Amino acid sequence: MWVIKLIVLLLVSGAVYAGDDAGLVKNLSGVATIIRGEQQMPAVVGAHVLVSDIVKTGANSSLGITLNDGTLLSAGPGSTLVINKFVFDSNAHTGELDVSLKKGTLAVVSGKLAKTSPKAVIFRTPTTLLGVRGTEFVLETAGE
Amino acid sequence: MKIYSGKIIANVLMLGLLAGCAQDKVVLLPNADGSRSAVVLKTAAGEQVLDQAYEGASISSSGKVTASQQTAESVQTRYGQTLAAQPKRPASYMVYFSSGNNEITTESAAAIEQMKTDMKSRSAPQITVIGHTDRVGSVEANDALSLKRAQLMRDMLIAGGIPEAQIDASGSGEREPLVSTEDEVAEPMNRRVEINVR
Repeated sequence: MWVIKLIVLLLVSGAVYAGDDAGLVKNLSGVATIIRGEQQMPAVVGAHVLVSDIVKTGANSSLGITLNDGTLLSAGPGSTLVINKFVFDSNAHTGELDVSLKKGTLAVVSGKLAKTSPKAVIFRTPTTLLGVRGTEFVLETAGE
Repeated sequence: MKIYSGKIIANVLMLGLLAGCAQDKVVLLPNADGSRSAVVLKTAAGEQVLDQAYEGASISSSGKVTASQQTAESVQTRYGQTLAAQPKRPASYMVYFSSGNNEITTESAAAIEQMKTDMKSRSAPQITVIGHTDRVGSVEANDALSLKRAQLMRDMLIAGGIPEAQIDASGSGEREPLVSTEDEVAEPMNRRVEINVR
């Protein structure tokens, strides 16, 4: 019986955490971690970032990610961000992007999604929902 | 010298939070290409648009938005380390071909060198190569030719030192012209390979 329970548990957690590919770590200074469900791994240059991943940077560390639509994300020291949603049709250039900054700082250069699907691109801090209109900006939060 | 207890300091910090000190901040930066842009902020207290370069906003924990004008210097001071981690911007290149074959025009040959230099300067580059044709010849023949052009380009990049695993090559045939034409019309602008690197 416990074997079935274990299998069900694995299937459920797989469904929740197994994310589609969203982008690639391009720059790293210091240390950063990718948290994927129960797993934790160092965010090295060339590492894939998936939907639902939590990305954390250490003190005095920073990290740059290019999402598959060309959106550039860079996180400053002591930051936590979550890729809530990323859907990108590379032919039609349409889809959805939803990123939360839980702590620290995030600089953004929006990509193709902000051009073709501007209403489906959202950045969140604990207090604010931010919509973009073809944009570069920085975000900061003290945390929740 | 007076030594404050930890409790008093903690109370002062709490007061700061209750007074609604800035919880979040946003600064709109100018677009690198000079185009106009804006962000729309939605909070519990309402909606606010930032549409001027270096226009900033502080948001309290209750959602109250206070606008402030920032400068390139103030952004650099506060967010320099964050901005320094920004990946290189994606780039696109176009290479043109002679009619009906797999020969790159002399003008494009020079551009390829510049492209290779750019690719090598990037960390963990991802490259897509898409071949296209004009409408001379059958749809099937053009599918094959467009793929051949893309593969030629990929092989040139590999020969130039770009790892094969970083390149994705495909052909779109005559389906995605830059310039629309009738069937069987030769159009140099459509005989091309599009290379995107990010």
